[in-house]
Amino acid sequence: MAEVLVVTSGKGGVGKTTSTAALGAALAQAGQNVVVVDFDVGLRNLDLVMGAERRVVYDLINVANGDVKLQQALIRDKRIETLYLLAASQTRDKDALSEEGVRRCIAELRQRFDWVICDSPAGIERGATLAMRYADLAVVVTNPEVSSVRDSDRIIGLLDSKTLKAAQGERMEKLLLLTRYDKVRAGRGDMLSIDDVLEILSIPLLGIIPESEEVLRASNLGAPVTLANAQSAPARAYTDAARRLQGESVPMTIPNGRQTLLTRLFGRRAA
Amino acid sequence: MKLFRLLTGRRSAPLARERLQILLTHERATTGSSGLISALREDILRVIAKHVDVAPEKVEVTVRNSDEVAVLEIDVEIPQAVARTAIGRGRGWVAA
Repeated sequence: MAEVLVVTSGKGGVGKTTSTAALGAALAQAGQNVVVVDFDVGLRNLDLVMGAERRVVYDLINVANGDVKLQQALIRDKRIETLYLLAASQTRDKDALSEEGVRRCIAELRQRFDWVICDSPAGIERGATLAMRYADLAVVVTNPEVSSVRDSDRIIGLLDSKTLKAAQGERMEKLLLLTRYDKVRAGRGDMLSIDDVLEILSIPLLGIIPESEEVLRASNLGAPVTLANAQSAPARAYTDAARRLQGESVPMTIPNGRQTLLTRLFGRRAA
Repeated sequence: MKLFRLLTGRRSAPLARERLQILLTHERATTGSSGLISALREDILRVIAKHVDVAPEKVEVTVRNSDEVAVLEIDVEIPQAVARTAIGRGRGWVAA
């Protein structure tokens, strides 16, 4: 039974693409068949974060328009056999994507994969609503910061009105992924706490990803952070979140992304 | 700034939280997830406008969710003069 998941946020730069790549890789590492789909037409980046930028020939629009077969556009990850990428088009704009085309494409992906993870563009326009349209489940990526929380609140409203599930009167499941969390600053009272964000947005928590230099390092290397350094704090947090997505009950820990000499030594050795 | 913080002992997160709570209560009411609230607001406004000249921004419709119940709050601010005459005629208007 395939699960279609949209990774969304409203605001840009909060970690949607990083989270899509990391959750996708973590699920694939657990043996699941996964495809990550970039919906950010015109501003694609998932290919770059996954390290597949030079392998893109066909994209989502080609498949949605029926120009090529799905098989021709899927890019298999070189590190994990069960992980695939469907890139966005870089030369077209979001209007090139039709709702019917997206519906057909998602339906076909459902046949082939256990998880279809849609990386939404920022904003609340067509690209973002199409990315969420056929999803079963949404991961709302939020930074503990006022503008991100506000935009997430708006996106939650859209998930409850613009998705097919909502239109059919079903409940759309939404999970919060709190990213760039800094335990020390929150402890000092200078960053919204986990409880603050949970109380304001009132959706269940999927995971807490700490602010960490490992995230930038992984994107420099073109590898999901769970692959670039599996022992790092953000990688472990994403792996736990992926296990929760699979229905496992994993205790929520509040990770500390800051590196001490010890974690630095062990982190490097494990990488 | 650090000295200011030391003297006042003020943390910024509680303020962020408070500002968000106020803002989002208002935004949820106007953009409403299901469109129900904005539809209600329009209808209420239309009914009131039949009898009283009231500015659209003086009608506030909000839903407060707690664990067990959701409360629909309708807050209509009407001009003092209207309220006074209405009470005078005994038509049930109560000045807030």
